[in-house]
Amino acid sequence: MTMSTATAEVTTGQLDRVRHGSISRGRRKALFWSYFFLILFVIFFLTPPVYMFITSLKSSAEISAATNPWWVYHATLSNYIDLLTQNQFLIFFRNSAIVSVCVVSITMVVSILAAFALARMRFWGSATLATGVFLTYLIPESLLFIPLFKTFAYIHDTTGIELINHWWVLIILYPTLTVPFATWLMIGYFSSIPKELDEAALIDGAGYLQMLTRIFIPVAIPGIIAAMIFSFTVSWANFLYPLAFTTSADQLVLPVGIVTTLIRGDVYAWGQIMTGALLGAAPPLIIYAFLMDYYISGLTAGATKG
Amino acid sequence: MADVVARDLRVPVAGRQLSLQKFARRKSTIAFLMALPLIAIVACLVVYPAIYSIHLATLNKSMQHFVGLGNFEFLFRRNTFWMVVEQSLLFAVTAVIFKAVVGFIVAHFVHNLPAQGQRKWRGMLLIPWVIPPAMSTLAWLWLFDPSYSAFNWIFAHLGMPGVAWLGNPYWARFCVILVNVWVGSPFFMIMYLAALKSVPEQLHEAAAIDGANWLQKIWYINLPMMRNIIQITALFSLIVTFANFDIVKILTNGGPVDQTHVFATWAFTLAIWGNDIPLGASVSLFMAPILAVAAFFILRNVRRRGNEA
Amino acid sequence: MAQVALRNIVKTFDRTPAVQGINLDIADREFIVLVGPSGCGKSTTLRMIAGLEEATSGEIYIGDQLVNDVPPKDRDIAMVFQNYALYPHMTVFENMSFGLRLKKFPKAEIKERVQAAARILDITNLLDRRPKQLSGGQRQRVAMGRAIVRNPKVFLFDEPLSNLDAKLRVQMRTEIKKIHQTVTTTTVYVTHDQVEAMTLADRVVIMNAGRIDQIGSPHEVYHQPKTQFVAGFIGSPTMNMLPCRLVENGSGLTVRLSDWLSFPVPSSRTARYRPHLGKELTFGLRPEHIIEERANVPPGAAAFDARLDVVEPMGMETMVYFIVDGVEVCGRVNPAAAGKVGGSMRLVADLNQMHLIDPRTESVI
Repeated sequence: MTMSTATAEVTTGQLDRVRHGSISRGRRKALFWSYFFLILFVIFFLTPPVYMFITSLKSSAEISAATNPWWVYHATLSNYIDLLTQNQFLIFFRNSAIVSVCVVSITMVVSILAAFALARMRFWGSATLATGVFLTYLIPESLLFIPLFKTFAYIHDTTGIELINHWWVLIILYPTLTVPFATWLMIGYFSSIPKELDEAALIDGAGYLQMLTRIFIPVAIPGIIAAMIFSFTVSWANFLYPLAFTTSADQLVLPVGIVTTLIRGDVYAWGQIMTGALLGAAPPLIIYAFLMDYYISGLTAGATKG
Repeated sequence: MADVVARDLRVPVAGRQLSLQKFARRKSTIAFLMALPLIAIVACLVVYPAIYSIHLATLNKSMQHFVGLGNFEFLFRRNTFWMVVEQSLLFAVTAVIFKAVVGFIVAHFVHNLPAQGQRKWRGMLLIPWVIPPAMSTLAWLWLFDPSYSAFNWIFAHLGMPGVAWLGNPYWARFCVILVNVWVGSPFFMIMYLAALKSVPEQLHEAAAIDGANWLQKIWYINLPMMRNIIQITALFSLIVTFANFDIVKILTNGGPVDQTHVFATWAFTLAIWGNDIPLGASVSLFMAPILAVAAFFILRNVRRRGNEA
Repeated sequence: MAQVALRNIVKTFDRTPAVQGINLDIADREFIVLVGPSGCGKSTTLRMIAGLEEATSGEIYIGDQLVNDVPPKDRDIAMVFQNYALYPHMTVFENMSFGLRLKKFPKAEIKERVQAAARILDITNLLDRRPKQLSGGQRQRVAMGRAIVRNPKVFLFDEPLSNLDAKLRVQMRTEIKKIHQTVTTTTVYVTHDQVEAMTLADRVVIMNAGRIDQIGSPHEVYHQPKTQFVAGFIGSPTMNMLPCRLVENGSGLTVRLSDWLSFPVPSSRTARYRPHLGKELTFGLRPEHIIEERANVPPGAAAFDARLDVVEPMGMETMVYFIVDGVEVCGRVNPAAAGKVGGSMRLVADLNQMHLIDPRTESVI
C-alpha cells in the first residue's frame, strides 16, 4: 500500500512536466522536419529545370547583359518561336520521334514474344537465356559502340550499304538497350499471372497465340505501358550512339542536335540552347506527368518482383 | 482441340507416342521461335560486338597487323590512362555512395508523410531522373558557365569569390560527381521507398513497444530488411555510373587537361576523333572486369532475394 | 506488475467514433479479456493502452501513472500481435532479447532471462533459428517469449490465436492459461472468439459498437447477461430468442410464445416480471436448456411436443431444431433420445434458465 502511494506521489510530480497531447506533438515535429528537408531537396532537384525555363524566356541581349540570372525582366518567346519555325530543330524532333516510336514498337513485339516464351514455356536453355538477357543489360553502350562502328564501316566496305550517318541506323541499335530490360519486366508480369488462367483457356480451346493476345496481354497492360514508357524514354534520351554514328545536321536526333549545332565553337546562344534543351526534355516529362504511376511501377518492378 | 485429342486417342500405341512427342516438341519449338528475335538482337548487337572488341583491341592503329597486347602495354605507360582509371573509379564510387545516402534519407522523409501527400512529393523528386541526362547536363553546364554562372552571381552577392567550376580540375571533378548524384538519386529514392513500404508496420510497432526510438528503428529494422535492395541498387548504379558517357562528355569533355576523363569518354575521343579504333577498344575493354565483378554480385543478390521471397 | 485504469476513453477516427466512453478498472495480476464482434473497438482500446493509438479524450493509467502522453517505449508494456511481428532477420534469441539489448542490459542477464522464458515456453531448442524456419505455433510462442523476457507491468494480446488452425488454437489456449499462472502479470487479451474469452478470463469485458455492454466473470456473463447483445454473443450455439407476450394465469404468469406453445414463469420471477405484463418481449433460452425428457426433470421445467425440422448429430449430443411461429429454435438432446426429422419429440425446457428481454431497451429484465 505504501509503495503504491509513494509511486503515485513520484509520478504525479512527473506529471507536471508532461503535457497532454505530446505524442501527437512528437509526430507533428517529425512531420515538420520532414517537410523542411524535403523542400530543401526539392529545391536541389528542381533548380536546373526551373533555371532552364527561366533562361529560355530571355533574349540573348538580356543574357549577355548579366543581370540577375534567376529572374526574367523582359520575357520573350522569341527563342521558342525561332526554334520551332527553324527547319533544323524540327528535323531533329522528327528524327527523334520516328526513331523512338519505331524502337518502342520493335521492343514491345520482341520482348512480349520472348517474355511469353520464357515465362510460360519450358524449352531447352530457357533459364540460361533469361539470365543471359538480364546480363546483357549490364554490358554498357560505351563498350559496344566501338566494335559496332567498325562493323558498320566493314559492311560499307564490303557491301556498299552505308549504315553510318543515317538516323535510321539507330532503330537497329536502340533495341539492344531497351529489349533486355523490357523483356525482364514482362517476364515478371507474365509470371505473376496464375497458371489456372492458362489451363482454363486451353480447355476453352485457345491456342498459344490466342492465349497471348486475349489473356496475357490484357492482364499485363500495366506492365506493357511501363515497358513502353521505359523504351521511349531510353530511345529519346540516348546520346552516345547518335553522337558516334550520325554526323550531318539532317541526320541528328534531338539530344545530339542541340548539343552540337547550338554550341558552335565558343559562341553559346544560351537562350536557344536552354529552350532546345527544355523542348528536348518535354516529351519524357509530359509522358511522366500523365503516366507517373506506370513510370514508377516500371522502375520498382525490380524491387518488388525480385 | 477436342477433335485432336479424340483423334490421338484412337491412334495405336506406338503412333500415339510419336504424336505426343511431336506435340511436346512443338510447344518448345514455338517457344524457341518466339524467343528468336530476342536471341538474334542480343547475339548480333551485344554478344558479337563484345567479342569483336576483344579482337579489335589486339590490332594496330591501321588495323592491318596483329599486335597482341601491344595496345595495353602502350596504355599502361601513358599517364592519362592511369588518370582515367583513377577518375572513373573515383566518380563511380563517390557518386554511388552519395546517391545511396541521399536516396535513403529522402525515401525516409517521403515515407513519413501522410499517404495522400506522398504522391506529389515523389512526383517532384523524380524529375531529375525523367529529364534526358544530356539535356539536364546542358543546364548544369550553363549554371557552371565561367562568365555567367548563376551560382557565382549568388556568391558575388554574398560577398564570396566566384568559383572556376569547370576550369579548375578539382572543382570540375566535383561538378561531374554532383551532376551524377543529381541525376541518379531519384532512382535510389524510388527503389528505397518501395523497399520501405514492404517493411510491415507492425514491426515498427513491436520495436516501439520494445523501446526503440526513430534512429534505432531505422538501424535495427529498416536497414537490415532493405539490405538486399540496397545492395542490388548500388551495384546496378555502380555499373551505370562507371560506364557513364553523357555527363562527362557534355560537362567537361574530359577536361580540364584530361582530369575528368572516364573510360567511356576517353575511348570515344581515341576511337572517333583520334581515329584509333583498336586503342579505343582497348580502353573500353578495361571496364569489363569491373563490370563482370559487379554483375556477379548482382546476380547472386537477385537469386538470394528470389529464394528469400 | 500493475493495475490498469481507463477513464472515459473516447477515440474517433476522422469523425467516425470507434470507442465511445470506456470505463474499466483492471486489478493487478488480473487476466481480462476484451471480446466482441469485429469493429466493436476492442483492438483500438488495446492499442490505446499500448500507446500505438492516441485517445481522443479520456485518461489511461498504468500503475498509478497517467500515460496518455507517454510513448509506447516508456510505458513498460509488452504486446503479442496477431501476426506475431517477429523480426525476420533476427534469430529467436535476438528477437526475444531485442528490448533488453536496446536498454543496454548486461549480456549475462539477457542470456538468463531469455533462457528462463524459453524454458517456460518450451522453445529452448529453437533459440538459434530464424522466424521463417518456425511453424505458426512456434512463432506464437517466440512472440510470447519476447513479451515475458521484458518483465513488463502489463501484457497485451491482440487476437494472438486467430492465425492458428483450430486444433492448435485449443492447445495454445491452455498454454496461455498455464503461463499466466506461472508469470502472473496483468494481462489484457483481445479476441472475437467468445470461447477463448470464457476459458481464459478472470473477467470478461463484452464490447459492442464502441461501448462496454457488460463486465463480469465468465459465470456472470453466461448466467446473468445484462443486454440482448451479451445474451446472444456468449454461448455456443447462440441463445434462442423468440418474440413473446406475458399473460396473467391465475396467480402466476405465463410466457406465450405462439398459439401452441406457452411456458409457465417460475414463481421466483413473478414479481420481477409483473410490471411488463402485456408488453411485446423477447424470450431467451439457451439450447443446452432445452433437453429431452428424462427421469430427473429439474423443478420449474416444462415439457412440450415439437415437430423436428432438422436433426444434427454431433457425436456426443444431437442438436434438434423445431419451428415456433417461423423462428427456428435449437435444443440439445441425448443422441439416443433424439427423434426423427418430421416426427414429433417430447422436449423439456428448463425455465429457471430463461431470460426475458425488453426489445426497446435491449436489456435483460
